[in-house]
Amino acid sequence: MTDRTAEKEEVRAGAAIDWTPILLTVAVALAAIPLVGSFSTWVTLTVAALAMGMMIFIMASGLTLVFGLMDVINFGHGVFISVGAYMGLLVLWPLAGWVDSSSVFLNVAVLLLCIAFAMAATGLFGLAFERVIVRPVYGQHLKQILVTMGGLIVVEQLLYAFFGGNPITIALPQSFRGGLAFGPDIVVERYRLIAVAVGVVVFLGMLLVLNRTRIGLLVRAGVENAEMVEALGYNIRRLFIGVFVAGSALAGLGGVMWGFYQQTLTVGMGLQVLVLIFIVVIIGGLGSIGGCLIGSLLVALIANYTAFIEPKIALVSNIGLMLAVLLWRPQGLYPVTKS
Amino acid sequence: MLGRILSGDFPRAWPLMVVLLIILLTLALAPFLFSGAQPLNVAAKICVFILLVASYDLLLGYTGIVSFAHTMFFGIGGYGAAIALARIGPDWGSVAIGTLAAMIVAGVLALVIGLFSLRVRAIFFAMITLAVATAFAVLASQLSGITGGEDGLSYRVPEILRPSFRLSEGTVLGTAINGRVITYYIVFFAALAGFLVLLRIVNSPFGRVLQAIRENDFRAEALGYPVVVYRSIASVASAVMAALAGVLLALWLRYTGPDTTLSFAIMIDVLLMVVIGGMGTMYGAVIGASLMILAENYLQALMKGLGEAASGVPFASALLSADRWLLWLGILFILSVYFFPAGIVGKLRALTGKR
Repeated sequence: MTDRTAEKEEVRAGAAIDWTPILLTVAVALAAIPLVGSFSTWVTLTVAALAMGMMIFIMASGLTLVFGLMDVINFGHGVFISVGAYMGLLVLWPLAGWVDSSSVFLNVAVLLLCIAFAMAATGLFGLAFERVIVRPVYGQHLKQILVTMGGLIVVEQLLYAFFGGNPITIALPQSFRGGLAFGPDIVVERYRLIAVAVGVVVFLGMLLVLNRTRIGLLVRAGVENAEMVEALGYNIRRLFIGVFVAGSALAGLGGVMWGFYQQTLTVGMGLQVLVLIFIVVIIGGLGSIGGCLIGSLLVALIANYTAFIEPKIALVSNIGLMLAVLLWRPQGLYPVTKS
Repeated sequence: MLGRILSGDFPRAWPLMVVLLIILLTLALAPFLFSGAQPLNVAAKICVFILLVASYDLLLGYTGIVSFAHTMFFGIGGYGAAIALARIGPDWGSVAIGTLAAMIVAGVLALVIGLFSLRVRAIFFAMITLAVATAFAVLASQLSGITGGEDGLSYRVPEILRPSFRLSEGTVLGTAINGRVITYYIVFFAALAGFLVLLRIVNSPFGRVLQAIRENDFRAEALGYPVVVYRSIASVASAVMAALAGVLLALWLRYTGPDTTLSFAIMIDVLLMVVIGGMGTMYGAVIGASLMILAENYLQALMKGLGEAASGVPFASALLSADRWLLWLGILFILSVYFFPAGIVGKLRALTGKR
């Protein structure tokens, strides 16, 4: 027992990175090569999984930090994703000409505008959600789960009321359509590469903010021991609201990316993704950013491989993965122990 | 005698007792009080949901853990009976096999979920049940060879339960005793028995430990009660009862599909019924379920009228249309959790307690 605690202390101090889960992820990807059979298919599947994994990571990171910081579990997080996607739509509709234009500049501009507007809108929305729904139930898990779930339903229904119940098809900007060929038979869809790139940028940005800025230091300290941060004279509530808004904005970003990826928007998409996000943060360890990334990648890789090898199993592969991880490490891959 | 039946847990407020008696008598005499299929349908649904909601309250109100998989267990019951009746044949043997199998599957599944998720943090339970229930709903709609997919399963029930069956030529109090009436009474008495069993469970020493865990799990553990074991057993008991409720619904509807048992909307309904009736009071389930089902069957028509009346106003019509029923339920739900956590039962008890 003491050994384990000592081990955790070491990991927390950043003295060593726990490599086992990372190696496991790589091993899963490599082990799939013979199972998939063809190398080019494997590359396609893996890139698709990386894209999906990065998008899930973008959406899940806010949830896990919010939990780590204030012990708040937000079931409403799923609907932020839908809100983000539909806010992106508000930009997309008037700028339909830019989407179909063959100019790369206009295509990039419309994507960036979509993302910027969606992030701003979901950030503001998160601010309101925190104030109205979450704040009255701090420290009470049972009520938090109930109330945030209620919030999710209400917002979902509002989206239905304003955008209608039918799925909305959206088109990718012209220059992101189609694939890039690498070698004779390896084709990778362009948008997947973009999704991976955005995900990497977000992850690196998050690492930089968390590890190299004062705010990041306070957030990490708050995850470790919120009371102590307060005792040192910092307003943890304000910090928390900041993280909550940032997490909501990231969910909005994820919603736009996910919407383009699926090319159809449904109001229910948020709840569907929320289930994936929960599996990811449970696998990764609630409160851990690194665990969140590894969890996202593992979930996406396994989902893509099983969907190709045996589609029927793919429906429950995530659950199976979660159970296996929990058997191995009951607290998740990277446990965050609160002192 | 009454004390033994109710396990010593009386309503403890006279308005509450009056309401409960009215509900009990109305449900008990429903086939004779009303004519037509619709009221009997509503009454049967109320019976099924009282059992379903009471079994959920065992988890939410008494043990203090949130599950989003309750409709999954409800669905297991429904599909258990449906698959047995559709595949083996419309006789009592298949009803028994279906019920037994459903209860075992529900119990084992609840145990596995409990052991995996309750070991670490109770909060995992809510997240994992949501994930598992979603996967189950997808499975049920995909494995159409077994479950009938999105269309669900229609089947014949044992002969005595069919509408064409007559117990005797004559009528009792003006009502012909046909198969539907017999089915209704099976549903009614099974739900009543299930409810009394749940009342027995929460008032047993075991139930007291559950409430201790709800109030302070750390202290309960320190007193020597293994929290994980108690929570898991509560989860299993609750799942088995939900499966029984599913079987009853399957017998009544003669149809089982994703929309009648597995949909997320039903989960929301159940949550709302528990909260509005009063968490941690079995009687709350009775009141919550009766009120909500009546509202759903009769208020939705009113809302439809309102929506049509407001059809000229741009957003109001969208918000008031009958499709947005869940919106208002959601708002009601949030408000009840904030301002009304003890529910109707709690309010009634507080009212009479002051005198």
